Amino acid sequence: MATITTKQAPLLPAPSGRAGFGGTLRSEFTKIGSVRSTVWTLLVLFAVSVGIGAVASRVSATGWSNTPPADRTPLDATQVSMVGLLVLGPLVIVVLGALVLTAEYSTGMIRTSLIAMPRRGVIYVAKAVAFAAVALVTSLATALTAFFLGQALLASTHQSATLAGPGVLRAVLGTALYITLCGLFAFAAAAVIRNTAATITAMIGLLFVLPVLVNVLPWGWRDDLVRWLPTSAARAISATVWNAGPQNSHLFSQWGQFAVFAVYTVVLLVAGGILVRKRDA
Amino acid sequence: MPVSNNPMIEVRGLTKRYGEVTAVRDLSFDVLPGRVTGFLGPNGAGKTTTMRLILGLAYPDAGTARIDGKSYASLAWPMREVGALLDARAVHGGRSAYNHLLCLAQTNNLPRKRVGEVLELVGLTEVARRRTKGFSLGMFQRLGIAGTLLGDPAVLMFDEPVNGLDPEGILWIRTLMKVLAAEGRTVFVSSHLMSEMQNTADHLIVIGRGQLLADCTMEEFIARASGQTVRVATPQADVLAKAVAEAGGTAVGGADGTLIVSGLLAAQVGALAFNHGVQVNELTVIRASLEAAFMELTADSVEYRAGAEGTRGQPAGPGQPPQELAGHGRPGYEGRS
Repeated sequence: MATITTKQAPLLPAPSGRAGFGGTLRSEFTKIGSVRSTVWTLLVLFAVSVGIGAVASRVSATGWSNTPPADRTPLDATQVSMVGLLVLGPLVIVVLGALVLTAEYSTGMIRTSLIAMPRRGVIYVAKAVAFAAVALVTSLATALTAFFLGQALLASTHQSATLAGPGVLRAVLGTALYITLCGLFAFAAAAVIRNTAATITAMIGLLFVLPVLVNVLPWGWRDDLVRWLPTSAARAISATVWNAGPQNSHLFSQWGQFAVFAVYTVVLLVAGGILVRKRDA
Repeated sequence: MPVSNNPMIEVRGLTKRYGEVTAVRDLSFDVLPGRVTGFLGPNGAGKTTTMRLILGLAYPDAGTARIDGKSYASLAWPMREVGALLDARAVHGGRSAYNHLLCLAQTNNLPRKRVGEVLELVGLTEVARRRTKGFSLGMFQRLGIAGTLLGDPAVLMFDEPVNGLDPEGILWIRTLMKVLAAEGRTVFVSSHLMSEMQNTADHLIVIGRGQLLADCTMEEFIARASGQTVRVATPQADVLAKAVAEAGGTAVGGADGTLIVSGLLAAQVGALAFNHGVQVNELTVIRASLEAAFMELTADSVEYRAGAEGTRGQPAGPGQPPQELAGHGRPGYEGRS
């Protein structure tokens, strides 16, 4: 048996102040980066989203050249190049956003974390910030890569965009922000629900099923409801060809539509924070 | 670390209800530094709940728990003041042992090199980079203990640390707890097995059904538990039993035809036998084991008990001769319901 001693080189004297946000934020970054499956999932999200965007761009370019000029409708080259991220991004990021919290509850790690840092609000905010940062960096890198690759593939149409083009930068940044918002929304939902499967199911219902269900409603109802859907933010913010015609007349402005989802997310984040503080862990 | 007599953990009137069930009821006790304090009680007695309340993981319905005079959540550097291990398996399996400890250390601004030091201390250096998914329970316990030592804290709390460990692991943890206490730290360790505490704890806090049953030193506990029972081997058991009953004692037929006398001293039993002309082949004072005393103390408070009333007070564990238990004295502990 190994001899036991706890004698050790004297520690640095306890620093003044108290354990707070900075250390906890570093800890949360370590948590995200040290689970291999998370890192792989983000890399796959990047690769597959860029891939789908490239395929969509290639198909659009072919379709454009095969369509008589008179029949061509305006091509939103920016949106087409990011279609992979717009479809796949929310799916992947809500799973990760939920797992950031529910994996701690299901493994019991949350209790270990709370013993190390008992100020729950600090942990909650640090977790949200660390995850949001990772989600934003990943989706921004994905959006930009997909954009540039897609524009190269769409060059033959002479419809391809540059970042300086009208609304293009907003669409690229906005798409990355939308993906981040989806992740944060799932994170907050997980704080309320505390169960991985239930949280992911709820998120898929909200982001993938609800928009389809709304479409089978009578048109008048549909138009009243659709502006309140979180997913309308994606449609609005990623568009560079946006007219206030009949198609979009029932929606708010592009940032306005984004703000609807942002407000939902903030409200749910606050609710989740209150519950994390109040409930027994 | 200077040893003072100021309690490091103070529990006052702690009460926690889960719906209809009161898990902890008006519990008060102190835990002092420089010794191992055993926190004993049958399964379901409320030990884990009490520890969760002390650590702020759960909120009490009434009462307070303070560490060095402060609530756990208000400690400036929690890990530098308290190291607590409730569930060694409460670890994300996808993370390596090193990264698990690193993310704990970072919350309290502990230097990165501490991680390597505590891994060395618990003997996990070689598996530090492996994901914890495949760890054995013993390795989880060592990892958990490494986590408690990260901040070199003055107070340590362990919930059932030897559960599921092999004998070598048990010995290692026992030794570690003694070393930590000898260094002047406060060591508070729970168990549902008296035998576990027998060699480790200096002080005992015993609870049953969430209530305090005993708060005393190990010596007091031993003194209270022993010296009450006398075993007599005699061919005239019925005569002696009658005499014992008349003298105010209790005599019960033992399993092997002997008589177990409680309530009288050995000398009194000897005198009775002499006065009644009873032949005595053997007269032995039985010092009840601590396990037996503990079972006796908590018998009324065990939440779920297997078997019928007749099994009350008898340990299920092997190596306990039943005759050592039958009818031994019932020490009157304060607070007993």
